Amino acid sequence: MAEVLVLVEHVDGAPKKVTLELLTLARSLGEPAAVFVGNGAENAKDKLAEYGATKIYVAGDAELDSYLVAPKAEVLAQVVQQSSPAAVLIPSSPEGKEVAGRLAVKLDSGVITDAVGVADGFVATQSIFGGAFNVQSKVSKGTPIITVRPNSTAPEPAPAQPTEEQVSVTLSDAAKKAKVLDRVTEKKGGRPELTEAAIVVSGGRGLGDGKNFDIIEKLADTLGAAVGASRAATDAGWYPHTNQVGQTGKTVSPQLYMAVGISGAIQHRAGMQTSKTIVAINKDPEAPIFELVDFGIVGDLFNVVPQLTEEIEKRKS
Amino acid sequence: MNIVVCVKQVPDTWAEKKLGSDKTVDRESVDGVMNELDEYAVEEALKIKEAQGGEVTVLSMGPEKAVETIRKALSMGADKAVHVVDPALHGSDALATSYALAQALGTIEHDLVILGVESTDARMSVVPAMLAERLGAAQLTFARKVEVGDGTVKIERLNDAGYEVVEAPTPAIVSVVEKINEPRYPSFKGIMAAKKKPLTTLTIADAGIDAANVGLDGSGTAVDEVTARPPKQAGQIVKDEGDGGTKLAEFLASQKFV
Repeated sequence: MAEVLVLVEHVDGAPKKVTLELLTLARSLGEPAAVFVGNGAENAKDKLAEYGATKIYVAGDAELDSYLVAPKAEVLAQVVQQSSPAAVLIPSSPEGKEVAGRLAVKLDSGVITDAVGVADGFVATQSIFGGAFNVQSKVSKGTPIITVRPNSTAPEPAPAQPTEEQVSVTLSDAAKKAKVLDRVTEKKGGRPELTEAAIVVSGGRGLGDGKNFDIIEKLADTLGAAVGASRAATDAGWYPHTNQVGQTGKTVSPQLYMAVGISGAIQHRAGMQTSKTIVAINKDPEAPIFELVDFGIVGDLFNVVPQLTEEIEKRKS
Repeated sequence: MNIVVCVKQVPDTWAEKKLGSDKTVDRESVDGVMNELDEYAVEEALKIKEAQGGEVTVLSMGPEKAVETIRKALSMGADKAVHVVDPALHGSDALATSYALAQALGTIEHDLVILGVESTDARMSVVPAMLAERLGAAQLTFARKVEVGDGTVKIERLNDAGYEVVEAPTPAIVSVVEKINEPRYPSFKGIMAAKKKPLTTLTIADAGIDAANVGLDGSGTAVDEVTARPPKQAGQIVKDEGDGGTKLAEFLASQKFV
């Protein structure tokens, strides 16, 4: 069976959940082989093996972390050339998509981004226009390069004994142009990442003030959820732009999406419509968000949310 | 500093978007607007020009109608424009589009190319990176701040954890996120002036674009099937009678979220 390469997305070596999802998906399509770029491969190996990687390509040269995006594409291009895989799967993060784009140019291959599923023959399913249509498409030229959204596949362990192969890459001059001078981590609680979270709780205009995001955060923390915000809330400066869900923000597709004080304009719906279960709390019974919900409460969020948080706490204890 | 700013006309953000019979975006039946994120790109280009001097050229690839979007960028203050328009380009995917734009950029002198981080119709956000790869230029993407120095550009690249400070020599390809600035509205004077600004129209032959690498046939991807998502079954809506939170908790428990 031909290899299906999976680019490992990791934090100091610890693979992100989406990597494990992609290994699980790759296993249904061929022989899953992980490609690890950067520092910390030692921390990654056990997890990659546990989720079925039969081979791990490691490009650990410290220089690779010094430049933006291009080195990852060069490593992948080299592995593709030496192993002729059936396809390359990459997490659909902003950086993952850029790596995919550059790799596509290098290989003169087609690229599909934001797949929510990949079936036999590397037929990718995408959900477009805010979930209004499902599109099935294929790469028709070169090696299929497909970026896959987090939460598209449930990760399942399938322990393997991977072989390891060191990849040494001599970066091109072009890849060394954009030099990373500093990496700054901005305040971030212990909450899961928005695009990876199984549950997202978002707040909007109905909160009336930035300080009221407290009640959203409390609810999110009882559920182990990530916190999102509508554009109205981020534009008003109530919550960071990085947490914006919508057409000009992030697209999320969690198991559960809770919209609190969000009317559900197209702008917002485009970023959350494909969530598996949707609930909303809004005082306006005509709010378009109610067209999408599985369960909705028409009422004052300042009464409903604290009661909900308390009730969940009670049930948990 | 000569800056090219790439703009794309997209279906109005608030309109219901559809696909045509050839499974490409239907651009005829809806109003077109400038891709919202490109307005920030135009603004950033104008700000850099105002501080440093130089010229801002608008580049757009798209059908005849895209000229409306080009005019808007000119009325905001760009100096001139290049419109690549050719029926052969219809249906180009990211691989083909990045090729066509790279070829067109070859005809325009530039130190910087600025784009919005993604278009609101295709939403791939890969074209800026692909242009950098094709042109061998530095990739400075997802910028929330751009500082232009002497022959160098430094950005703050937004990411999930915070940001990265990235520096590169020019020429560079920059993509910007919406928090970078507040785009200006075209003034009446700007709108009048835009009518007299030079607008060059290029066919694919003029831009040195090989027809074999663009359009539906020249693309690297093909759409097999499109299905409208079945309408969602109406959910249960409950009016809060003082126990809304409890009822919602019961629902979440019934779905095993609690």
